[in-house]
Amino acid sequence: MNMTAPIKATRLRGERVTLAHGGGGKAMRDLIEEIFTDVFQPAGDEDQARLTSDALREAGAQLAFTTDSFVVSPPVFPGGDIGKIAVCGTVNDLAVGGAKPLWLSAAFIIEEGCEFDLLRQVVASMQAEADKAGVRIVTGDTKVVERGAADKVFVTTSGVGVIPADRHLAADQIRPGDVAIVNGVLGDHGATILAARGDMALNTDITSDCQSLNGLMEAVLAVAPNTRAARDATRGGVASCLNEMAAAAKVGIVIEETALPLRAEVKGVCEVLGLDPLYLANEGTLVMFVPEDEVDAALAAMRAMPEGCDATVIGRATSGPPARVIMKTLFGGQRLVDTLVGEQLPRIC
Amino acid sequence: MRYVEEFRDPVAAQDVLRAIKDVVTEIGATKEKPVHIMEICGGHTHAIFRYGLDRLTPDGIEFIHGPGCPVCVLPMSRIDECVEIAERSEVIFATFGDAMRVPGTRKSLMQAKADGADIRMVYSPLDALELARRNPERQVVFFGLGFETTTPSTALSIQQAAREKLGNFSVFCNHIRVPPPIKALLDDPYMMLDGFVGPGHVSMVIGTHPYDFIADDYCKPIVVAGFEPLDLLQSVLMVLRQIRDGRAEVENQYARVVPEHGNPISIAAIEDVYEPRPTFEWRGLGEIDASGLRIRHAYQAYDAEEKFSVGYGAGPRLVTEPEGCACGQVMTGRIKPLQCPQYGTGCTPEMPLGALMVSSEGACAAYYQYSAADDVLEAAE
Amino acid sequence: MCLGIPGQIVEITDADRLMAMADVSGVRREVSVACVAPAALSDLVGEWALIHVGFAMSIIDADEAEKTLEALRGLGEAQETLEAMAQGDAALAESPVTEVMS
Repeated sequence: MNMTAPIKATRLRGERVTLAHGGGGKAMRDLIEEIFTDVFQPAGDEDQARLTSDALREAGAQLAFTTDSFVVSPPVFPGGDIGKIAVCGTVNDLAVGGAKPLWLSAAFIIEEGCEFDLLRQVVASMQAEADKAGVRIVTGDTKVVERGAADKVFVTTSGVGVIPADRHLAADQIRPGDVAIVNGVLGDHGATILAARGDMALNTDITSDCQSLNGLMEAVLAVAPNTRAARDATRGGVASCLNEMAAAAKVGIVIEETALPLRAEVKGVCEVLGLDPLYLANEGTLVMFVPEDEVDAALAAMRAMPEGCDATVIGRATSGPPARVIMKTLFGGQRLVDTLVGEQLPRIC
Repeated sequence: MRYVEEFRDPVAAQDVLRAIKDVVTEIGATKEKPVHIMEICGGHTHAIFRYGLDRLTPDGIEFIHGPGCPVCVLPMSRIDECVEIAERSEVIFATFGDAMRVPGTRKSLMQAKADGADIRMVYSPLDALELARRNPERQVVFFGLGFETTTPSTALSIQQAAREKLGNFSVFCNHIRVPPPIKALLDDPYMMLDGFVGPGHVSMVIGTHPYDFIADDYCKPIVVAGFEPLDLLQSVLMVLRQIRDGRAEVENQYARVVPEHGNPISIAAIEDVYEPRPTFEWRGLGEIDASGLRIRHAYQAYDAEEKFSVGYGAGPRLVTEPEGCACGQVMTGRIKPLQCPQYGTGCTPEMPLGALMVSSEGACAAYYQYSAADDVLEAAE
Repeated sequence: MCLGIPGQIVEITDADRLMAMADVSGVRREVSVACVAPAALSDLVGEWALIHVGFAMSIIDADEAEKTLEALRGLGEAQETLEAMAQGDAALAESPVTEVMS
């Protein structure tokens, strides 16, 4: 669904948001109706969404609830925009825990001067991604802040989903011998954003990997029901994910450098700026631990889907030093893969 | 990637490692009585840990991590001066990302940015020039940092600014040279080094002859090395063979990039724009004669030290070493990072006390990041 | 110190300012070729250079790269020969260990 070419004449004056659009009056109502609710089509006129689902009534089912804020700069980049990420991110936070995502809220902090067209694009991508993921955006909010107090637009989404009774995915379920799988190449999003910011003057054809993974999770869980845990490898990249999981499960994790799926361009960006792709952000890549006997099934299920076509095994949990992630280098050496200190900065030395 | 992948071939590595093992045996080096090889360059230190080479080479080799990380050896006072310049309202301060977290006595550039200074991370001094063109009403100051590899890039940028008469561009020059600290290390009576792996990218600028004194006057072998793991292993083998044969020569393993006489255009640009300072302070090593460069009088309009009256021209200077920091001893090979009482407690990558914990090229940071505890890796093996 | 990476010069972008486009594994960045500029700038296109902080600092010598790799391969062959010797072939009086480089 998308909301291009509205038939009725616009009531919004000019091309940009002004502080008047946050003032609580008619201008605000026009902004909300024309840009947001015309697309999201929330049911009813009340300030809250009133929701029900059969899935919740199932005995033993659990409600999953998560929230995330999105501040990506630039807000539009190759492969997506802040709206698409805001839906994918929250859908994925639910999905990796085994929940079927159902409903989202969306709150927008809009900087004075933000173009209406940018908001329209963001909202259209949110609705398109929500349709694709099979979730509904049921409630929301907008605020307008003075120029400089935000960067064009910030989006916060919260998500509600249902975990069926028989599922218990958690990092502390990982056992030595379990196998670590990723659904695709690493670092595309982080490398895309670095290039798109423009301050390093790099040109590439890479695009962000942002995508919803709930369909993929369901497909895997159908054939690999003993899947232990999954994490969405966003900020801090796969390295941070693995460290969190190793710590929670009190196991060691060993990954193979030669097994890491990386695009040539991502390697290029990393070589030029001196970055480690293991720490680059992803927005559609998960790390999953599966018992050995379900690996083939899980891989086959992933590879049958576009969002998992590059799925591969990257390592396994071990009884080695607990809470430590070690990489076998392509050279047969070993090194520690630690949690990132602060942010990865481009370096010359 | 061409010229990269070939030099990361694990099969070839096995052959070099076997050859290294043989020579180590011939020399009779053991864990108790190892051969001490210093890799001068922080890039090599980083590669050693990134590929786990220290754990692949035999016990009879001990790597001593040298002073070749320009960020690590920068004294706190210079960071203070950066902050002082950066906090001026008319200034856009442009820097490589490396320098952002280096602690000064007051604050790091990262903290200064949070406090409101206009600090931009750039990939190239050319990007700082572009900032100056686009912001004619502001003063753009580039933090000129690095060894001979990086020096030509700022020299050429200053020449370009002079051609364009970009009056709002200047460089805060902290360029330093590799040979003087090597000489200082070799003159240190406590130093016990058997050979050097020489800095490849510095050498593509200055060539291999500036190291002749190491072989001729101090009778130590040195092999200029590339940065891929096979380059490093091959260079270590070449150093070991020199030791075995009783030779002390300057050899060049990295001939695909390093011409014997360096790069004449780069050398000419350095000569044109810079001159040696009488002395320059190194973190952990103290003042070393003629080890730093400053901008020549002819280009003083582009010298941030002149423009803002900071730095060496501005009066007496305090040597500011953080208390309890043993970076100097680590850098001269007297102790290993893990033997420093501050390591991992008073000094971590989050809150670095000493220089070697700051940059990912610093020996302590590399230990911390890649091999925090040897027992962990051993247990995993 | 001094992160540098091989990139291929693919296009001269500004002959006056000696700027060219370099490609590193599909990532393109405009770099200065002032340090490596030959008389005819167009001769640079197709060359591989070592890129550092936005400058092409040295043209990579393909023959020298091949020689280095050759020496590495020599080590492997030398090793095989040594193993053959160890297996009883004492007739080989001198091992053909290739000297790496000088």
